[in-house]
Amino acid sequence: MTATFLILAAITVAGTAAAMGLRNAVHCVLALTAGFAGLAGLYLYLGAQFVGFTQIMVYVGAVAILAVFAVMMTHNPGEPEEIFSRFWVWGAVIAGAVFLTLARAIRLAFAPADATPATPAPSTTVQQIGDALMHRYVLPLEIIGLLLTAALIGAVIIAMDPKDDPTLEEDAE
Amino acid sequence: MIVAAVNAGSVDQVFVLAKHALLARTPDALQPLASAIISIIPLLVVFPSLFAITTVLERKGLGRMQNRLGPNRVGPFGLLQPAADGIKALIKEDVVPAAADQLVHFFAPVIFVAAAFVAYAVLPIGRNMVIVNLNAGVLFFFAVGSVVELSVFMAGWSSRSKYSLLGAMRAIAQMISYEVPLVLASVPAIMQAGSLSTVDIVNAQAGYTGIWPHWYLFTPWGIVGFGLFLIAATAESNRSPFDLPEGESEIIAGYFIEYSGFKFALFFLAEYLGMFATSALGITLFLGGWSAPLGISLFTVVPSYIWFFAKLLGFICFFIWIRGTLPRLRMDQLMGFAWKFILPMALLNIFVTGLWRFLPASPLNSIRWIVCAAVLAAPCVVLSMSLKQKKKLLIRTYHFAE
Amino acid sequence: MIGTGILKGLAETARNFFLSYVSKDRLTTVQYPEQRLPQIEAARNFPFLVYDGAEWDAGMRCVACQICEKECPPKCIFIEKSKDKKPDAVGKPQFYPARFDIDISVCMSCQICVEVCPFDAIKMDVEFDLPTDDRFAGLMLDRHKLSKSNEYYHEIHPTEATAVDTALDAERAKAAAAKAAAAAPKPASPAATAASAASTPKPTEGESK
Repeated sequence: MTATFLILAAITVAGTAAAMGLRNAVHCVLALTAGFAGLAGLYLYLGAQFVGFTQIMVYVGAVAILAVFAVMMTHNPGEPEEIFSRFWVWGAVIAGAVFLTLARAIRLAFAPADATPATPAPSTTVQQIGDALMHRYVLPLEIIGLLLTAALIGAVIIAMDPKDDPTLEEDAE
Repeated sequence: MIVAAVNAGSVDQVFVLAKHALLARTPDALQPLASAIISIIPLLVVFPSLFAITTVLERKGLGRMQNRLGPNRVGPFGLLQPAADGIKALIKEDVVPAAADQLVHFFAPVIFVAAAFVAYAVLPIGRNMVIVNLNAGVLFFFAVGSVVELSVFMAGWSSRSKYSLLGAMRAIAQMISYEVPLVLASVPAIMQAGSLSTVDIVNAQAGYTGIWPHWYLFTPWGIVGFGLFLIAATAESNRSPFDLPEGESEIIAGYFIEYSGFKFALFFLAEYLGMFATSALGITLFLGGWSAPLGISLFTVVPSYIWFFAKLLGFICFFIWIRGTLPRLRMDQLMGFAWKFILPMALLNIFVTGLWRFLPASPLNSIRWIVCAAVLAAPCVVLSMSLKQKKKLLIRTYHFAE
Repeated sequence: MIGTGILKGLAETARNFFLSYVSKDRLTTVQYPEQRLPQIEAARNFPFLVYDGAEWDAGMRCVACQICEKECPPKCIFIEKSKDKKPDAVGKPQFYPARFDIDISVCMSCQICVEVCPFDAIKMDVEFDLPTDDRFAGLMLDRHKLSKSNEYYHEIHPTEATAVDTALDAERAKAAAAKAAAAAPKPASPAATAASAASTPKPTEGESK
């Protein structure tokens, strides 16, 4: 429980708690972004450089922008909104159940025999990640690539002007 | 840090030795902190000074290109103009619109400047002169660069003004579109060096065969990659001809329209710092970082940081030259250019780098050069023809006049 | 092929850059205030009062007829007639302005006051460098500030001034001749009174502008 870990954890928890508690929706997304940044800090603290930087590049740089655009364009609050919904009891029950499950899973993963903080795990280099992706995990990589291609094509079709439909034989540009 | 390398004269390593001497005088407990501070202070001094010099160079250079004098009243030949600009920016009233989101409005320039400064941490300024040698240095640089988009959005949205929101949207669209080619254009250099660490990439280019350097620029994929990187870097820093987000004549400074005084100066500073950082990365990836252009003793005796800044100055002059020459690109032209030309060329460039690596190295690399250049040139010509405007310009006919 | 236009443009700006140091006629910048572009003769800014001779007080041509005050569209001229008289440009005793103020923050340089003045007393100045730090008193020019000599008028509008001087000299000659005729032994005839009536200075039409 070093000071670094406490600070990073505080940023993450505060960010995500604020993301639930603030009134303005865009403020919520910005607070969530702070939570993402705290998470990236935790990854870096654990020595996972690649994952940490990718977290910043993808989450803070792209997902946060996407979320903020989506919120800004669809959200139209006429009056200040309620923070607590009517079904908060059920929400608390489900959140408690999820928390208990996760806590148990993490506790079981670190069984007492494995809790040796003396030798920290060697930091994974990018080369090892690349090797793993190209040898052991090449099939998931290709499937994810296919998924992303489908998403891209879908986005292009949605955003395309109906005038520019390639099925029509016109030279509109 | 180890003082190594064959040609390391003491002038070349003067800053490293100075840092070691200072560190030897600080108590052991404070040494990590002192090391960090000593590494950072030159960064905070040198690059803002470079920013000041660039502003006056730009104004005078643009003036001469447009057949007029630049500023010439403050100081000899107007060279103290940045001092006047700085004082003006500091003493101007900081006007924040009453309807603006105060906290977000305040933090946007802070995040922008912080991201711009943090990006310098992995750039090797000279031999053994990098603030931190990260294993995934280039990835760190791009990660920090993507934080800038968030700050642009914060600036645009928090001002609660139509112009600034519109400018922010356009700026973010442009930055996202050109970030992908920027990263893809730097992948060949990473592939060839075999490492994401900037120090490793520079060290891979710091050798000489005879007098010719091993810079990645002197390969077909290096030329194309450098060109694509340059275009994408110009777009990422919102420099002309890609300065539509801050189009001064159109949307009156776009997303920082509601900022005045010191915050505006911070945005300006951060933009230029981002430009320097991306140029420095380009130098690191393609131009051999701090290594001299030719292996002759006349060049290698010059310290490594001098070469780095000379190359950076060359980049700055090139940016100013481009700004004085080209008209601004329209939004759809900008996007079309990014997605239909730059991106396919960047992907092709990665493929050609692989081709270069696996083709046999004949004397003078002639086979490799011919094959790779042909594979790159043909699609380039085809793609550029597809970018041409299909509309024919006709004489305007009036329907209702006469 | 993409990029050829850009290269041509870059070559052009590079030419501009280097040649601007070499050939002086490329740089058209006029470094104000050390260098100024010459103004054309018909340039005008704000009015001024012409005086003949060395003393502005005695030589002022203005006779406080108040025509310019009435004709001024934004009403920026304020005149107060004096109680006594002094000789005007041609020698006849006339009233003179005890107060002649022009508010140049209101004046729109329309030149109507110049066009209607029967005595060639008010003309347009070309001086535009009139900064002041007092928004009200600094921009209200009184008759001392407005009075400038006829030599100055010749400097700024030579053609006009020469024409005005010619006309005024003709009138002075006529007035002097009338006075000489009046000083000569007077025959008590209606012809003499008609001659003396005809010799009083009339507003001369066709003053050159």
